[in-house]
Amino acid sequence: MEPSVSVRDLRISYGALDVIDNLQLDITPGEFLVLLGPSGCGKSTLLNAIAGLIDISDGEVWISGKNVTWDEPKDRGIGMVFQSYALYPQMSVEKNLSFGLRVARHSKKDIAERVSRAAEILQIEPLLKRRPSNLSGGQRQRVAIGRALVRDADVFLFDEPLSNLDAKLRVDLRVEIKRLHQRLRSTMIYVTHDQIEALTLADRIAVMHGGEIQQLDEPLTIYNRPCNMFVAGFIGSPAMNFFDGRLVAGQDGPIFEGQGFATGLAGYDGNGPLPVNRDVILGVRPEHVLFDRDAAGQPAEVEAVVELEEPMGADSLVWLTYGEAKLSVRCASGKRYRPGDRVPIAFDITRASIFDTQSEKRL
Amino acid sequence: MTAETQPRGRKPRRLTASRIGIYAFLVFAAAFFLLPFYVMIVTSFKTMPEIQQGNIFGLPTDFTLKPWSTAWAHACTGVNCEGIRVGVLNSFEIMIPAATLSILLGAINGYALSFWRPRGGNLIFAVLLLGAFIPYQVYLYPLVRMLSKVSLYNTLPGIITVHVIFGLPVMTLLFRNYYVAVPVDLFKAARIDGGGFWTIFFQLMIPMSGPILVVAAILQVTGIWNDFLFGLIFAGRDHLPMTVELNNIVNTTTGTKAYNVNMAATILTALVPLIVYFVSGRWFVRGIAAGAVKG
Repeated sequence: MEPSVSVRDLRISYGALDVIDNLQLDITPGEFLVLLGPSGCGKSTLLNAIAGLIDISDGEVWISGKNVTWDEPKDRGIGMVFQSYALYPQMSVEKNLSFGLRVARHSKKDIAERVSRAAEILQIEPLLKRRPSNLSGGQRQRVAIGRALVRDADVFLFDEPLSNLDAKLRVDLRVEIKRLHQRLRSTMIYVTHDQIEALTLADRIAVMHGGEIQQLDEPLTIYNRPCNMFVAGFIGSPAMNFFDGRLVAGQDGPIFEGQGFATGLAGYDGNGPLPVNRDVILGVRPEHVLFDRDAAGQPAEVEAVVELEEPMGADSLVWLTYGEAKLSVRCASGKRYRPGDRVPIAFDITRASIFDTQSEKRL
Repeated sequence: MTAETQPRGRKPRRLTASRIGIYAFLVFAAAFFLLPFYVMIVTSFKTMPEIQQGNIFGLPTDFTLKPWSTAWAHACTGVNCEGIRVGVLNSFEIMIPAATLSILLGAINGYALSFWRPRGGNLIFAVLLLGAFIPYQVYLYPLVRMLSKVSLYNTLPGIITVHVIFGLPVMTLLFRNYYVAVPVDLFKAARIDGGGFWTIFFQLMIPMSGPILVVAAILQVTGIWNDFLFGLIFAGRDHLPMTVELNNIVNTTTGTKAYNVNMAATILTALVPLIVYFVSGRWFVRGIAAGAVKG
């Protein structure tokens, strides 16, 4: 199938500095793709390049089978939603929605139809006569989405649309954007630094760092099988626990020898057979550390000391020290732990990740 | 009730010595600036004999409107005795197009520099600003030569052009700084919506520019109205602005000096800036203080 959006050999540079160098990205029609990364990773730059809002230095941008590299933003068949809402302050909501259509000289009837349809979808009909300054943050962002909607675009671009909203509204609107995507089935590209947004919304996530796509995959694959240390550390909160160590040969295949503990690696979901005599880093997410009663009787059970506990309602986060290493564990809430308690832990190797110390790539 | 009350509720304000001092200074300063204006007004309603008695602070005993009508219609500038009314018309003819054009061009410049960022835009802006800091006198003679080469010297379009050129640096700076504070996302959204250079300027930016337009209008209207030098040099005999006419009336050397007429003519000349300040003072402060635009 022909990709809905295709970015080929993209290079963007400011002076001598390449912000993005030789980037390739294909997005299938109807896909919800999230560009995820820390600030300064080039994700917004990439989005702006797709929108045609910044000049690119090299490469091509294709949208719906058309080379739009030199086209104006309005001719690319896109709608865009910004973090700062970017509503026109002197126009009513209705005028905000219809601005683009009026500029393009659509008929009055057509404009009215499209505006009322968008208003109905987003449930902003009662707000149509108001000015943006009289709207709440959530309402403003709905209007901004509506403005993208009336354009009947093939591709919707979202530039951190929820970052200015408070926590509760963010969750509400997140669900709404997902619903919108299920209803419209348009291609959507969504930039965020919030991994929860990325994991909940995306069909595929592109994790970006230093102007490069580190990994492009389905959310759960990214979460469970991060391709390198950056992705592993960036996704997941609290972050994955890392242990320095070495792979050595054992009776039943390789063994991980950490500082003060060793564990067999039976069931490890690797990219191939594990090498031996190699310095590696073992990564285990807090929820994949077996803890207390769960750890009892497991192979490679060790004893760690509780440093502090953070109860979070549904579950608790316990910070432990084990020799020199510090690690966090997610466990069911209920039993309370006090600093200094000694508890057994073990690692769920089937869901762990092993990275080469040199290349930081997953083995 | 005890005399000593516990601190509770709103803290009482006391009139301290320093506060009295501040008020006294402010009242004195206000009087200092208002006194000349007071003298001008009362003198303009006095007859010449009364003025010659020398009591300049006294209210007019023999109230008369004659100086005003003379100043308006009969005061002599050299050989012409048509009063200051000719100058009023000339001043409006110069001020209205010059202020409008310089504000419009400044706004376009500021908008283009903030949002479209043409290549070399920063250099152009720097050169423009540099121009604002060089004393006008330096330009006078070259400008005279240049304007006479294109037959604009001593014409109405000529003086308007001069005012527009000299207004541009400050106007551009004013609008550029205002538009720089406008979120760039707004501009991007309008671009996606299909707005071109002029659509975005007239439909989006100008409606958002209310406060700064007022500031620009005050600066240009009063600035151009009060101008003397350019008017004298570039306007030509038929278009001399009110300020130059006033100077001619006041400095006419035949006969005794008609102080009452001179005062009336001066107040008439100052009337436009005065009205502008009174009407828009509030807006002026608001415009200067207006920071980021909330959307």
